[in-house]
Amino acid sequence: MSSTTVTPARSGFSLSEYIVCLNGIVWREALRFLHQRERFVSALVRPLVWLFIFAAGFRQVLGISIIPPYETYILYEVYIAPGLMAMIQLFNGMQSSLSMVYDREMGNMRTLLVSPLPRGYLLFCKLLAGTAVSLLQVYAFLAIAWFWDITPPTIGYLTVLPALVLSGLMLGALGMLISASIKQLENFAGVMNFVIFPMFFASSALYPLWRVQEGSPMLYYVCQWNPFTHAVELIRFALYGKMDWVSFAVVGGCTVVFMIGAILAYDPSRGLVRRGPGGGEA
Amino acid sequence: MTATDRNIASQSVPDSAPGPGAAVQAALSIGHVSHSYGPRRALIDVNFNVAPASFTALLGLNGAGKSTLFSLVTRLFGIQNGKISIFGHDISRTPGEALRLLGVVFQPRTLDLDLSLTQNLLYHAALHGISRREARLRSAEVLERIKLADRAASKVRDLSGGQMRRLEIARALLHRPRLLLLDEATVGLDVKARADILDHVRQLVTEQGIGVLWATHLFDEIMPNDDLVVLHQGKMLAHGPVSRVIAEAGAQDVNTAFMRLTGTATLAGKPPS
Repeated sequence: MSSTTVTPARSGFSLSEYIVCLNGIVWREALRFLHQRERFVSALVRPLVWLFIFAAGFRQVLGISIIPPYETYILYEVYIAPGLMAMIQLFNGMQSSLSMVYDREMGNMRTLLVSPLPRGYLLFCKLLAGTAVSLLQVYAFLAIAWFWDITPPTIGYLTVLPALVLSGLMLGALGMLISASIKQLENFAGVMNFVIFPMFFASSALYPLWRVQEGSPMLYYVCQWNPFTHAVELIRFALYGKMDWVSFAVVGGCTVVFMIGAILAYDPSRGLVRRGPGGGEA
Repeated sequence: MTATDRNIASQSVPDSAPGPGAAVQAALSIGHVSHSYGPRRALIDVNFNVAPASFTALLGLNGAGKSTLFSLVTRLFGIQNGKISIFGHDISRTPGEALRLLGVVFQPRTLDLDLSLTQNLLYHAALHGISRREARLRSAEVLERIKLADRAASKVRDLSGGQMRRLEIARALLHRPRLLLLDEATVGLDVKARADILDHVRQLVTEQGIGVLWATHLFDEIMPNDDLVVLHQGKMLAHGPVSRVIAEAGAQDVNTAFMRLTGTATLAGKPPS
């Protein structure tokens, strides 16, 4: 009679292994970002164009009344700064998902997915790494904006950090969820038109919601339901050392839902197989 | 009874240190695996083992199902039918334990071209939970072994195709797996680079006792002492030592045996001899 033996392999993973893995993924994402200087520059140029040109042009047209968290009249540039910070994170989240689609098509994603650590954890690490990269961009933007009289209280630079982490996670998780449903890299152009632009413009990033309500009640409700609006408001309040609990709850809830959705929806076989009978990779 | 059936029956492989009454532990066990892409069946009841410290060639034309099989073994695809185990660890039930023991070199390049050789290795080590200090030691060691130590800080983009493949193999071994899968690892390389890589992998089998599954469509990469699995249109047509597969096909060489088994005229652009 014979029995089958099993080669012992440590079951489970130690905390230090999880931490090493997280560090490695964040480190690699940061290295890739720093190596891609064009990406860094364009990530900064985009919001700065909005700040220097768009905001300067609209300063006289769009008056901002005193609304929380502001305690006095503010310049339009000051108003849109949090929206532009969130915009950086929105684009970064989508760019991360673009890189996941690219990695999947080019095969790099396989390196990540054959790691023995749990796949959900690997995707979460990837999300955290993308968020860390977005923080670099946001603080670089704030540093430049300081010379443009965007000068929140000093403590605001610190208090906004948790808000940025949470909003970065939410937008990254949304990007990851979208990347799971994109079959080919070319389809990503549609994401720009159907996700990024509507989310950005139908939000409080560029104009306060009371003004939207005056112009279009329907759009006002759309903005209210847009999680990006709440990311903007969460950042706006945090930048002035205050807390918007409703936005916190919405952003936190959406982060969890998007993340779970991404883990469930992320099918690693996508992109590995060319489609159609006879055309499959084999 | 086909050659396949007979060979499957003889696939018991000795464990490296079997206890009394203990039978066999395969490095890789593919148990009646089938896989479909929609209506198209890519693998049909594939069933074979890879022994530890052995070199098994998985031979098949493009579209035979080799990459699908690799994607199943590496858990990139979910297993639809059958069972896959690595040293007894079911890839579906205990993927972490199974993947710890597995190193993979995929057909498409999976290196990060903009990172240095060392950075690529450190990233892989991190994905396996290996501490930075240990990873640096192992990276230096493997780069020395593949004679790329002087290029450690260079970007991967600057390497030749053969050097990239050697680096990918070194990376796959960094976490010290006991089973190595290579999916057409020599595609696109010149003759010398191909021979170097093949020699390197065969050395791993003899010197380190690693079980190797080498997917290829090239006959000249197969040696008489290898184990051979012939895959065609998703079906496994034969499995066993090369000499036996050839004999049972009533052929003189692998090329002819393959053609007889599959009913094809040529393989990899080579006319029948």
